Amino acid sequence: MEVVKIENVTRVYQIGKVETKALRGVNLSIENGEFTALVGPSGSGKTTLLQMIGCPDQPTSGSVSISGKDVTRLNRNQRADMRRGTIGFIFQFFALIPTLTAFENVEMPLLLNGHTPKQRKERVMDLLKAVDLVDRANNRPDQLSGGQQQRIAVARALAPNPTLILADEPTANLDTTNGKQVMDIMKKLNQETGVTFIFATHDPRVISYANRTVTLEDGLITKDSKSNGKN
Amino acid sequence: MMQIFKMAFRDLGRNRRRSFFSALAVAIGLGLLMLMSSVIQGEMGSAIESAIKLQSGHIQIRAVSYDENKSSLKWEDLIENPDQIAEQVATLEQVKAATPRLFASGFLSTGDESTGVQIYGIDPQSVANDPYRDGMVNGNFLTAEDREGLLIGKPAAEKLHLQTGDKVSLSVNTSNGDVQEQIFTIRGIYTTDTYGFDSNTVLLPLTKAQTLTQTEKHASTIFVLLKDTSFTDQVVNAINAPNLDVLNWRDLNVLFVEFETMAQSYIFFFYLIILAITVSVIINTLIMSVYERTREIGILSAIGMRSGRIMGLFLAESILLAIGGVLMGLVVGVVSVRLFNINGFYIGNMGLSGMLVSDTIRAVLTVENTVRVATMTFIATILSGLYPAVMASRLEPVEALRAEK
Repeated sequence: MEVVKIENVTRVYQIGKVETKALRGVNLSIENGEFTALVGPSGSGKTTLLQMIGCPDQPTSGSVSISGKDVTRLNRNQRADMRRGTIGFIFQFFALIPTLTAFENVEMPLLLNGHTPKQRKERVMDLLKAVDLVDRANNRPDQLSGGQQQRIAVARALAPNPTLILADEPTANLDTTNGKQVMDIMKKLNQETGVTFIFATHDPRVISYANRTVTLEDGLITKDSKSNGKN
Repeated sequence: MMQIFKMAFRDLGRNRRRSFFSALAVAIGLGLLMLMSSVIQGEMGSAIESAIKLQSGHIQIRAVSYDENKSSLKWEDLIENPDQIAEQVATLEQVKAATPRLFASGFLSTGDESTGVQIYGIDPQSVANDPYRDGMVNGNFLTAEDREGLLIGKPAAEKLHLQTGDKVSLSVNTSNGDVQEQIFTIRGIYTTDTYGFDSNTVLLPLTKAQTLTQTEKHASTIFVLLKDTSFTDQVVNAINAPNLDVLNWRDLNVLFVEFETMAQSYIFFFYLIILAITVSVIINTLIMSVYERTREIGILSAIGMRSGRIMGLFLAESILLAIGGVLMGLVVGVVSVRLFNINGFYIGNMGLSGMLVSDTIRAVLTVENTVRVATMTFIATILSGLYPAVMASRLEPVEALRAEK
């Protein structure tokens, strides 16, 4: 089943009088359970494409469908509702809310989805176990290392049982050991839960985990290859 | 909801010093409002109180033709058999005292100095004259039978270098237009702490004043004090005095009532200035906080928080600031009113002419005023959170996520 379907998507940024074409007619279809890497040099449009899918941003033309639903013309709150149950985000910077503990950060999407306290607690503890950070549940982000923060971010992205997780350079700010640990966890969750991952990266070690690699150059897809990926 | 407040509380705790100073700004604003409103209350209250107690009473009964400004002593302008009317009025249960008074104008002279004075002929036994009796600085109060004694106010005594026991010459206009002069002994010096009154009012026993001005068995007015100001209209209606004018304290203090109305609108303007300053401090703090947390707002939006909830988060912060600030402000207000009242604010004779204002202003903090200014401050603080909150909720998630840390 298709989780993401992108048709003829363009995105033009108007900065002053200069038009920048970040995407110039992209077509892409991603199946359920894929572990896809978006690669390409800086400025090739990887992040922009992720934002089209995750719908914080909208295309200038073309259409984006998530699980068969056209999200191109949704308003702000509809997009927020859409993201809440369907899409999880992992950012390059360790995007945790600094005033909340690790537990509360993971809990936040569940809270927004209206889960009961008991459901939330069970789910959060399961996820903390999955990312191996149960003992850090009550720590605030500033008491965690970069790798630990990113693992919490992964747990948070998974909390509402999304069909799709978007990760923008998830290992860019991590050292090799932590980067590997985060990727291992992501891959393991992909295999165990079947959740679809799309991540933008130019780290070859990360690319090696992918079972599909989509290469972007100057806002166009230039290569799309499948491999078995590292387990 | 609880979670929103929990987050808001922690957000405020993130930059404790800034949050504290923001709340302090609210507190100082409220403290100032409380001090201002209680000083005004004190001044206005004391002015109307002094005017009623010393000059106008709650009600006066006069001859229709009597002109206050001329202190007329013609018989047709005076009340005949005032004691009888006063006794009758005094039987009403809301009335504390009803007593005849005679007003005349004259000159008080010592060997080398003289000053124009207003002469009050009073019944020394009436409780309506307690303010003078209680304000005796030295000497003794008048007695009804005294034929050669008078009382003068402290400022007048100081000006003319007079002391109890000194002799003075008093010249008075009489009912037929002559001037009568007699030597009196100063029996005592009084003060009502009201410069405008004390500096030019001489007190004589009523009967002596009547003899001196040749107005036997007549009085300028029946001065009526009530047990409570709220009884005024009731008592005015109950007094049956054909061919006489019955005036209430509002009629008798027109200038004052107008001044108070005017003062209230000025004060409101000052309230607005203080609130505007407080509000701008809060808006500034919250806007800074929105900018600092742009990326966080993007994250919350990315994980699916709707804009209404993001707005709620910032509003919750301003509500918490408002609660903290108002609580602190109540303390600041009460303490500053207390400090103000240790010495009061001495204005001496700066009071407006024609108004009897106590020479020292004391702040009077009423529950009503406190609730009013605290509510105003609370609402203003919350409203000031509105703009930053809307700003936060309108941030485009993609912009927010791009923000540099």
